[in-house]
Amino acid sequence: MGELAVFIVLAVLTLVPAAVVVTTGNLVRAAMSLIPSFLGVTGLFVLLQAEFVAGIQILIYAGAIAVLILFVIMLTQGGTGLSIRQVNEQRLVGLLVAGGLAVALGVMLVRTPWPRSAGTLPASNVAAVGNAFLTDFILAFEISSLVLLASLVGALVIARREQ
Amino acid sequence: MQVGLNHYLVVSALLFGLGLYGILTRRNAVAILMGIELMLNATNINLVAFNRYVAPGALAGHVFALVIITLAACEAAVGLALVMAVFRNLETVHVDEITLMKW
Repeated sequence: MGELAVFIVLAVLTLVPAAVVVTTGNLVRAAMSLIPSFLGVTGLFVLLQAEFVAGIQILIYAGAIAVLILFVIMLTQGGTGLSIRQVNEQRLVGLLVAGGLAVALGVMLVRTPWPRSAGTLPASNVAAVGNAFLTDFILAFEISSLVLLASLVGALVIARREQ
Repeated sequence: MQVGLNHYLVVSALLFGLGLYGILTRRNAVAILMGIELMLNATNINLVAFNRYVAPGALAGHVFALVIITLAACEAAVGLALVMAVFRNLETVHVDEITLMKW
């Protein structure tokens, strides 16, 4: 019962700021609303006993990506003006498509009889994830470090001033 | 009532739909990238929930979610660098005003 209450609070904390992100006319308010949404997702991860992923979510999403988005809003002068029209002419079509997809996904996912297992997760999350990365998933680990290097160099080259 | 797999799946489906609505209806390129981040978060919730309820023996779902977080950070960095480069050259970040390559 207590777990359900916590889940509902976290779900509201995730979904309501996300709705603000996609509908508000104020761009800085949208970027700031990303942060409670990410914190709600972190809470959901903790509720799912995924502590390492929750920690990384806070570090990278709420700590780096949200700040990066705010910086770019500042540098491209998105501004806080409500006079600039932020929504294009496709609101109705977008609402139908996104709403239809959300409903279809929800119904399809809830109706599928997933083979639920009553096992328990490994005791120490961090150790198990570290072992998994270095044994079973080492290729994904190495390739993602290559992608990080490429995107680091690429972002620097793209964003610098032409001299 | 116990919190089951279905609760997390519904939350992630709604978050995914919200992110998609943001991508489809916003004019500012940075706002579109925000919608992409919401969609990636929704998939991460799904993966971790499936790991917990369907395959709890190993942590494949967690590993997958961590790789997605890494790649989302890379893509946000490169995408925002592109937005800054476009703003520097075209003085606008509204995607309906960037028509250089339209016929």
